[in-house]
Order: sequence, then structure tokens, then C-alpha cells
Amino acid sequence: MQEIKKIIILGSAALKIGEAGEFDYSGSQAIKALKQEGIYSILVNPNIATIQTSDYLADKVYLLPVTSEFIEQVIEKERPDGILLSFGGQTALNCGLDLEKKGILARYGVKVLGTPVNSIEITEDRKIFTDKLAEIDVYVPKSEIAYTTDKAVAIAEKLNYPVMVRLSFTLGGLGSGVCANEEKLRALADQAFVYSPQILIEECLTGWKEVEYEVVRDSDDNCITVCNMENFDPLGIHTGESIVVAPSQTLSNAEYHKLREIAIRTVRHLGIIGECNIQYALDPKSEEYRVIEVNARLSRSSALASKATGYPLAFVAAKLALGYSLVDLTNAVTQSTMACFEPSLDYVVVKIPRWDLKKFPNVSPKIGTSMKSVGEVMAIGRTFQESLQKALRMLDIGAIGLVANMNTLQKTNYSEEEIKEELCFPTDERIFAIPTAIEMGMSIDQIHEYTQIDYWFLHNLKEILETKNTLQSYAGGICPSHILKRAKQAGFSDTQVAVLLNLEENIVRKMRYNYGILPYVKEIDTLGGEYPAKTNYLYLSYNATEDDVPIAQHNSILVLGSGTYRIGSSVEFDWCCVNAVKTIRDSSYKAILINYNPETVSTDYDEVDRLYFDEIRQETVMDIYEKEKVHGIILSMGGQVANNLALPLHHMGANILGTSPMQIDRAEDRHKFSSMLDELHIDQPEWSELTDLTAAKEFAHKVGYPVLVRPSYVLSGAAMGVAVDDDELERFLDKATQVSVDHPVVISNFLQKAKEIELDAVAKNGKILASAISEHIENAGIHSGDATLVFPPQHVYIETIRRIQRVAAKIAMALHITGPLNIQFLAKNNHIKVIECNLRASRSFPFVSKICKYNLIELATRAILEDEVSTPRHSFLDLPYVGVKAPFFSFPRLIGVDPISGVEMASTGEVGCLGKTFHEALLKAMYSIGFCRNIKTVLVSISSKPGRHDFLESMQKMQAMNYTIYVDEEEYTFFQDKGIDVVPISSKINKQTEDISKVLHNVNFDLVISIPSSSSQSKEQGYSLRRQAVDSGVSLLTNLQLAKHIIAALERDPRLGILAIDEYKVYK
Amino acid sequence: MQLVLEDGSIIEGKSFGANKATSGELIFNTGMVGYPETLTDPSYYGQVLVFTYPLIGNYGVPASQIQDQMEVFFESSKIHLKAIIVTKVTERYSHWNAYESLDKWLKKHDVVGIEIEDTRSLTKKLSSRGTQKCKLLPSNEDIPFYDLAKENAVAKVSCQDVIAYGNGAKRIVLIDLGCKNNIIRSFLKRDVSVVRVPWNYDFTKEKYDGLFLSNGPGNPVLVTETIQYLKEAYTHDKPIFGICMGHQLMALAAGAKAYKLKFGHHSQNQPCIQVGTKKNYITSQNHNYAIDDTSIPMVWRPWFFNANDGSNEGIQHANKPFSSVQFHPEASPGPVDANFLFDHFVKQL
Repeated sequence: MQEIKKIIILGSAALKIGEAGEFDYSGSQAIKALKQEGIYSILVNPNIATIQTSDYLADKVYLLPVTSEFIEQVIEKERPDGILLSFGGQTALNCGLDLEKKGILARYGVKVLGTPVNSIEITEDRKIFTDKLAEIDVYVPKSEIAYTTDKAVAIAEKLNYPVMVRLSFTLGGLGSGVCANEEKLRALADQAFVYSPQILIEECLTGWKEVEYEVVRDSDDNCITVCNMENFDPLGIHTGESIVVAPSQTLSNAEYHKLREIAIRTVRHLGIIGECNIQYALDPKSEEYRVIEVNARLSRSSALASKATGYPLAFVAAKLALGYSLVDLTNAVTQSTMACFEPSLDYVVVKIPRWDLKKFPNVSPKIGTSMKSVGEVMAIGRTFQESLQKALRMLDIGAIGLVANMNTLQKTNYSEEEIKEELCFPTDERIFAIPTAIEMGMSIDQIHEYTQIDYWFLHNLKEILETKNTLQSYAGGICPSHILKRAKQAGFSDTQVAVLLNLEENIVRKMRYNYGILPYVKEIDTLGGEYPAKTNYLYLSYNATEDDVPIAQHNSILVLGSGTYRIGSSVEFDWCCVNAVKTIRDSSYKAILINYNPETVSTDYDEVDRLYFDEIRQETVMDIYEKEKVHGIILSMGGQVANNLALPLHHMGANILGTSPMQIDRAEDRHKFSSMLDELHIDQPEWSELTDLTAAKEFAHKVGYPVLVRPSYVLSGAAMGVAVDDDELERFLDKATQVSVDHPVVISNFLQKAKEIELDAVAKNGKILASAISEHIENAGIHSGDATLVFPPQHVYIETIRRIQRVAAKIAMALHITGPLNIQFLAKNNHIKVIECNLRASRSFPFVSKICKYNLIELATRAILEDEVSTPRHSFLDLPYVGVKAPFFSFPRLIGVDPISGVEMASTGEVGCLGKTFHEALLKAMYSIGFCRNIKTVLVSISSKPGRHDFLESMQKMQAMNYTIYVDEEEYTFFQDKGIDVVPISSKINKQTEDISKVLHNVNFDLVISIPSSSSQSKEQGYSLRRQAVDSGVSLLTNLQLAKHIIAALERDPRLGILAIDEYKVYK
Repeated sequence: MQLVLEDGSIIEGKSFGANKATSGELIFNTGMVGYPETLTDPSYYGQVLVFTYPLIGNYGVPASQIQDQMEVFFESSKIHLKAIIVTKVTERYSHWNAYESLDKWLKKHDVVGIEIEDTRSLTKKLSSRGTQKCKLLPSNEDIPFYDLAKENAVAKVSCQDVIAYGNGAKRIVLIDLGCKNNIIRSFLKRDVSVVRVPWNYDFTKEKYDGLFLSNGPGNPVLVTETIQYLKEAYTHDKPIFGICMGHQLMALAAGAKAYKLKFGHHSQNQPCIQVGTKKNYITSQNHNYAIDDTSIPMVWRPWFFNANDGSNEGIQHANKPFSSVQFHPEASPGPVDANFLFDHFVKQL
């Protein structure tokens, strides 16, 4: 073994489209592997909500930007012997390549462990990659590289249209696409050259099967393929946007092993050490294939493969990077066999991406070669049908399965033309459109022609539909046992059966019990039952006749996970679940967790006593609850998904631990909550419950526009909106009543220019044990998930803080809270109003816990378990340092969307950084989300006059920093009069066009500050500028308060200290 | 249809393929692909196979097509299994090379199939309690259990006459103990001509550059005649290579002992390590008997061992070009990692 004692690991920073929670899983496993070896580990990752940045994993954690500038300083300070680049996604890989290129690694003698940089470079450069594979007779798509748009067109003419355009050095296929003609190609190429110096024009293989292999190789040249996966959606749809099945279903032995052999040959030739992924296109009519790409690092697919097989890919990859051979390592699942083997699955895994496209009305819902999905789900069953229907429900989009869904979920009244369009040019709804097409009488042949989806998959969808029809024929009568069983084996939920038989769901459950139709617990053991293994990695299936493991433990606590990542619920809730489970395991109880998100640490089976990789839904939770005879359920850690089950589970007789479900309902139900606040004499924005439109309008006129429309029981402000006039009110109300059918919609007065303050706390029996208060930089009106948070607060009166604490105490008492809670306040001139209260862990729990150095989840869990609790020894107000949490928006991928924030959450991730001062922390956070490090040229566009006045001081500061400031004509006069030296944009744009966004083509801006006003006309004007800024990769600020603070920070120019979390001491 | 086990347990299932009573030795295979190859592998003679992967038949079955006197897509010209057991057999298959469904193919070959709900629990029973006899019974029918261990199964599947393949310069004699077609294809691909002879053929009079012993079913101890001829061959220096049953016979002829494994190795993911190295190969396997490492005479060396259970996977003579492996370098079905062993042998010729 090499003499490596100290290793630095790069994380992937904020969660984003194309790079999400999977890298928390891979980084955490890598750190665990290093710990096991006694190696000192240093992690750099500003993603404060991750498990990997917890104090019990890496020896040192730096919440700093993953850029060569900062990493160099960490290296200089820590002097590691080695660096791991393949556990933090493309972000870490790119940073590693930069470190190598700049000679930093050589200068400090840091060895790249695992796959050498040279191999990574081969996989990242199309031309070299193609040449390299040609050396071993491995085929890649025919292609040529273009450095200009004209060259791209010339190549396309040679290859024949349609052609595929690909970019180097990007993640998630950003900017890639199929072009059917020259016009489309020119548009795409122009765009692509903004991000990439070169693009690839290649033969179009749309319609070919897409197959992936996860490959592991050690330094002794042992090479195995741990898993293969087949995409339901053929080539043309990015694998991150595809439904994926493991193992492959339609490949013969010859095809499976041909591709496997090529994978091994390729990986050996490239010299990869550790883990990588190879993607193929496979001709559906022959054994012709093409290698699409090799990812020389852990990836989304490897996380999926890990969870699908039980093989801990990241853990093993880390060990191999240290020089271990595969034959030295044991199989972590069986503990008796070895790691150098290929898992055999005796179940079917289906992954489906989760999109949030409905949040962005401007974004095309079409799916294709670049990623738009924000998360994914993975279902395990013993048939494809069982797994598929489970997975569709896991998406938590309202689907009760493939068929029998409500009309609101999907379009149902397709015309012939529309259905053809949906099948040929799919949106996120295609999977539901296929059974609709069959019902409309379209043949499977026709559907295959339109979708190119393999017949095998289509036949399975058809069979589900047939089962549905059979079930339905018993509606109103008695459904025989064998029919019900067949339906359950095909993955029908009780809800689906209830709809089809026209019964109540609880009647279906009773009928099922009477017939003895129950799911069985099956284990994932990596070897298909070949060796007697006792594992704790479990799922439920109806295609079984006995439980694999003894159940009914009595002393266990069931924790509900957070399900798929989506906008509004992400890795922060996984952190909460993992910490809750950890606390339970430290107590006298055993911990059982249910979760179905393959991108998580909570679904690593070494984290829990028993892991159920299954649905978090009333039916499934009760099935597990009853089988395991658990002591009680904790549902306050998994975010809104888990929390929403409080009342239904309570009604079914489950023992819900912590705050009573009736009280949770009192907080979640807007009407009940608002009434309670009135009773407690706690101020809140004037509100009214929607009865009808006239009454709503009357209320709005009374309190005056703008008003806020809020449905109950929702997450991330879905369907929330600030209405400025009657028309908007009508629109928002319509949307809100759709998402919240069973619960009331409330309209309230929208307070302008108010500050928003958040309280995260833990209570026991109504008494608050610990609390943390943080402030939003942005004024109220920005969703708390999209706001920049400061903790401890720096700009809040002490009296305000006291008032907040008093109100929180009152609410905690009134709701008799035991466990975590989060209350959001509005503050204006020392007056506070309560806007909402969640009786569950919130998004900011990991942030405040890590900064405060007091684990609120551990405390909450202990309170819930009725263990002894101790209150923190220090108050957050005493902290001699500051934390700033900044949101990350994946706007470049959401083409067409106006990149501004509002009451409905849009960010996909976040970072949290520390500093001795607010300004230091703020700048670190901004640089961590990619804010321009060296600003020289700025474009300022502030439409409102008061806004310009407000921004004057910042303008002066920018001038003092010698920025070149561009403004439009109107602002030019304004600022010129105030003595600011500004340049009018008009001097830079061609007179024949009035579009100010064109200026971005002519001037190299480092920063665009574009502040929208509430009038929709000016929003329209600013839109193209903002969009252009995002599309050209220019830093953009759209919030006045945030912009002011950032400029103040830049002017102050604080030293950006290179300190690990533990070096920020609680006491001075 | 019912599946009746030797231990008395009865599992209800749904019949497909031929609907008739049959009996055999119950084993399981954890391979996820390759059912057409598996079903036509003569080593499965007399057995009933549980597929642990729940969906079987997805890509249908290819058409019969002969090339070089062999089926192109199968490992022999018939199905040697008595029956197969799956969770779900795919009716609506899909593949460009498919000709018919698995169900239809089984019917054509008069082979029984049964769908049972929980193939995993059945597999676990076999892996914890060992292989057992079983029978598959349509309603109101019964037959006695068939005992494979007492039969020289090799005699049932070996060819009757000598068959010559290819016209390569080098010539090997292939002793057919139940040979898979891909072994012959592997030699033809390397331009070696093959003379395939029956298991009890006296090859010692033949002229050849090398001797090859194929895979085959059943208990190796019963294949006495081949062992006798082999002992004779050991007195010469011509290269010899054996696979699976061939390996077991070579070990027995050398004086080693064979024993029956609890439930055998029937899968495509068996890790085998080359003795004295850190080289690991993922191999395809199908055998119930193994060679006892400790019984191998001094002039022979263990060559490979199974990384999961430590059992012997190959032997090599210390100074003569004699070697054999328990696993299947010809794959089909399964990984082709060990393909290089053919090159190794051919180089010796």
C-alpha cells in the first residue's frame, strides 16, 4: 500500500440539475472508506446540508468554493499527500483538472489517487477519446469536432441530417441536442460555443437502445461490471431524463456479454482505477453498437447501480484508489463472499426521473438530450410491472400508478394529432400517454413507431392496462381473490384498486387482508439467494410467498424518509433522517427507515438497522408498520412528504411519535392555524379563507393589493402567488384550488418591504429546548428556500428577536410540540407577524445546526423518544462568526424561464459558508455558487425610481472600485446627475435593434444587476436581459437587497479565511 | 401444476411448455441472461432448473440455424433440462433475432415449465439445505423421483459417432462428455480442427496435436472408461486441456478425489482467482461436483480457486502441458473473461 496518510476530497457544491444528491452518497462512502484505513481526511464542499459535511465524518471540513483558487489555499494549509477527484461529480473533476493544469498538485506534491488525470482527460476530450478507442477497435459514433458554427454546418452536411450536437466538459448534457436542419444547428451551435470552446457533430442514433454498464477496475487490472442498465426511453433522451431499468431486459446473452467485454476492454485501455460508467447505443435490429461516453468518476448512474445491486461502488472505488485490489475486499452485503464479483439480481429495478417543470410555465415540458429533471426515484419489485407502478407513485406527483389516475395529473382528452405529438416528441407525461394511446385504439406497432420504445416495455404497459380492465369489470360486484392478487402482483396500489372497483381504499385494504393478499419482505443480497446471507436491505413484493427475514421486532422506531429530491425538498431532509436514525441507534431502540431515493445517504444500508427501499405512502407504511410491529413512527424528519402522512396514519391507528397528528393538522391547515393565532393574540397578516371568487376579490380590495394566495399542505410554495390585481388573483386561485383539493386556500395581505425571519427550534411537551433564528437578506416575497439566509442574524433588533422567541414559546405550548418546528415571521419596525409554522424539521436545520454546533435533530429525536435532553450551553446570539446560506438556481438548464425569485421556490440547491464577518461569509457563499470572482464590468438595470435611489450608495461603491458601469438611457441621466460615472448601453448597441440584451454580445460583462419591478411590463423588458445573462454564463443579481449587500462586501474586501468548520470556535 | 420436493413440500404453480409429469435434480441458476444457451447446455441433463431472475423469455428464442454442423444460437441441438421454473415467463417477447416464445419452444421440445410466485424462497431453500430431487406433476398424476446421481449421464449426452470439424493445421481430439457448441466454435475460431469423439472412444490410437475434454453432466466417478484412456494419455507429452466435467475427469485420472457440492455452482458471476496471483476472473459455471484440493497429487498444482467458497477451480501439471478448469472459458452464456485459456492451450499445440 502507498504511504498516504492525509487525503483531500472535493465535493460537488450546491445540488443542481445534473449533479444532485448522488455525490453526497459517494463522498460520504469515500470518507467512510478512508476512516476505516485510519487516513486523515479533508473535505472541501460548501454544501452545508449534506451528510458528508457532518462533524463525525471527515477530519476537516471546509465550507469553501470548489475552485482551484480556494483548493490551492486548503492544500497549502493542510499539505495532503493525496487527492480524490472522482467523488464530487463533474464539479470536482473539472476543478481537479484545473489544479493539475496549473501545476498546483505538482507544486505541493499531492498525488491524484485512483484514475489518473491523464485518463480523465481522455474521457473528457472527444477527439482524443475517439482516437483512443479506435486503438482497441471499439466503435464510437461517427463524428467530427467543430470550433466554429460554419465548420459545424459543413460536418453536418457530410454526415447527413439529423445530427447530434454534443459539448465537452459539461454535465448532464447541457447544451446538447439533435438538429434536423441547418437552421436548428446554427442556433444550437451559437449557444453552445458560449459554454464550450469545441462542439461535436455526430451521426444521429436516435431510436437505438441505450445501455449502461458500471465498471470497476483495480490497480492489479482486475475489472468487473457491477451492473448493467437499460433505458426504457431509447437514445435521444438523456439517460438522466430516461426511465431506466436494471438489469437490462431485452438484451440477449450475446449482446449483454459483448457490451460487457467491450466495457472491460475500454476501461483497461483507458487506465481507469476505481469506478466508471460506460454508455452505449445498441442497434435494436442487430448487434451493432457505439460507445457514447465514459464517465471516469462516480456518477448518478453509479449511485443508482449501487442502490440497485447493494454493491457499495463508492466505498469500493475509494479503497481501490488507495491501492487495494478487488480480491482484498469483501462483499459488504454478504460479509462472507468477496467484492470481486458481479451481483446477480433476482428482482427488477425501475428508476424514473422527477421533473418540476410545471413550476416553470415558460420552460418547454419536452424532454430530450439535456437534463431538466431535479431528482429521481427507484422502485424494486419482482416484475417490471410491479416496479414501474411503484416508481410512478414514488414520484409524488399525484399518480396512483400507471393507470386509473385523476384527470388533473395528466392530459387525457388527446386528439389523434396531440397523442402522436406526445409520443413522437415526448414531455414528462409520455409514460402516462402510452396507455391512453392504447385505450384510444392505437396499436402497439404504431406506438413503437412513434416512440421507438422496445416492444417488450410496451407490451408490459399493455398488460397493466389489461389488468386494469379486468379489475374494472368487477366494479360494483365482488372482485375474486385471484383477480385482486394479480393486480397487486402487477403493482396496483389499494388506491388504484379502490378507484377501479369504486370502493373506499380502506375497504380494499380489508378485502385484501380477508383474502390473505399481503406483501412479503424480500432482501437484496447481491447473489440472488446463492449464499445464505442475512441482510437488512429490504423491499416489499406481492410476487412472493414468504418473508426473507424474521420480522416483528417490537423495539424499533420507523423513520419516514424524504423521498425524491425536488425543488423544495432535498438533501437537507436526508441529513435530518440520517441524524434521527443515528440518534435512535444510540438509544435502546432499533431504527427502521423507509426511503426510495437512490441519491441519498439514508438509503445506504449501513446507516440503519433495517432499510426498506419502498414507497412512503399510507398503504406501504402501514404494511411495514404492521409487519415489523414497530414501537412508533417518526415523520417529522422527511419533510412535507412524510409530514403529510401524519393524519392518515393516525386514523389507521399508527402510533405517531412526537407532536400529535391533530396538532400537526392545526398547524398545516391554514384556516385552523390562523384561527389559533387569533386566539393566542399573535399578529399575522390579515387573512381570509377562500369561499368564492367574489368574496376573495372583496377581501383583496379591502386590504389592498398585493395579496398572497396560499394553499394548505404544500411544499416549496407550490401554487403560491402574489397577486397584484383581480386578474392575477383569479389565476392564482384557480391554480391553488387544483393542488389543494381537500384543504382550504387562504388569501392574506402581502406586506411589502418587510423583513423575513425564521426560527428553527426543538420543543418537548410544548416547551422550547433550543432555538435558532436566522434572517433573510431579501425582503419578504421571496420564498424562504430561495432567500439568502444569515445566521446568527446581523440586522435584526434584539427586541425583535425577543418577541420572536416569546411568540414561538406561545405557539409551541399551544400546539404542545414535541420535536422539531420552524416558524416564519415578517418583521417591520420591530413588529412581527407569523406567516407560517411547520411542525417538522425544516430546510435550514442542517445549516443552523452545523453553524451553532448544536445538533437540533439529535435533540429533537431525543425529545421524541422521551430520552433525557439537555439544552445547549451557548446561545446562537453569542457566536463570534457568521454563516450565510445562498440558494443555487439551475436556470441555465431551464431554458426560457425568467431567472428571478418569488414566492414559489425555484432553486435546486444551496451552499452555506462561514466567515468571521457577515461580508466574508456572504462572499464565500456567492463564490461557492459560481459568482464572478473578479468583477470589472457591470450592467445595471433598475426599473423603479425608488430602487435607483436605494441603489445609489452601491453605485458609488462600485465606482470607487473602478468598475465600468453600463446603464440604460433613462438610468444614465439619473445616475449621471448624481455624479456617478456610467456608460450608456446605447453606445454599444446597434441602433437598429432596441433590445438591450444584444449588448451582452458586444461587451464582456462580469455581472448583470437587473432588478424587476412589480409591473408586468417592466418584467417583460428585463426578462430578455436576465435570460441572456444566464444563457451567456454571466453572473446575475435580481434582488436589490442582495445586490446592495454583495457590493458592500466587495468594497469592504474582507480576507476570505481558509478555516475548517471546527476552527470557528463557539467561544472567543 | 405442482412442484413436489424430496422434502415433501409442495408448491403450486402455473404450467407452461409441455404439460406432463417429470422428475429431476432441482438446482438453481443466478444468471440474468442466456436462457436459450442454458437450456441447450448438455451439462444440465436430468436436472430441473430454477431461474432466480424472475422474468425469463423476454427476448424470445432464436430460430434453428446450422453452421459448421452446429446450431448457431444454441449450445446443442436439444434441451437437456427436464423442466424449468420461473416467476414469470414472458409471452410477448421482443428481439430482432427471436423466432418464437420460450413457451412455444419448450412445447416443441416437450420440456416442462412452471411459473411459481416465489423462486427466491425456493432458491434459498436449495442454498441452505442443498440440492434435492423434485417432480413436476399435472393434476392427478404421480411418478417416482428420478435419481441422477446413479446414472452415467455423460453416456446419455455424448455423441454416438466421430465428427470432424474444420480444417485447421493443428488438430485436436475432443472427447465429448456433453460438449457445448461454443467450445468447438472457440477452436474453429482459432483455426484448430476438431475431431469430436464419443466419451468411451479409444482415442489413444488417434494422431493429434492436443487432447481436449469437454464439459458434461452428472457424477464424474461413473465415467470410468474415459478416465482409463486419460491415464494412458498422461504417459505421453501431448497437451491436454479439460473444462468442467473434463476437468474433473483429468483430476480423477491424476488420482485426485471428487465430492458433491451442497448446491453446486450454477451462475455467471463466480469469481475465480489464479493461484499465487491477485488475478480474478468472473466465470460462468455449471457443476454439482468439485475436486478436493487436498487430494491433488504432488506433480499437479491447483491453478485457480473459487474466491467465494475456496473450492478448487483448476489444476495444472507441474512439468507437462496438462491443465484443466472447472469453469467455462467458452462462456455462452456468461462472461468471456477466461476466453484466453483457449489461446493458452492452442499455443501449446
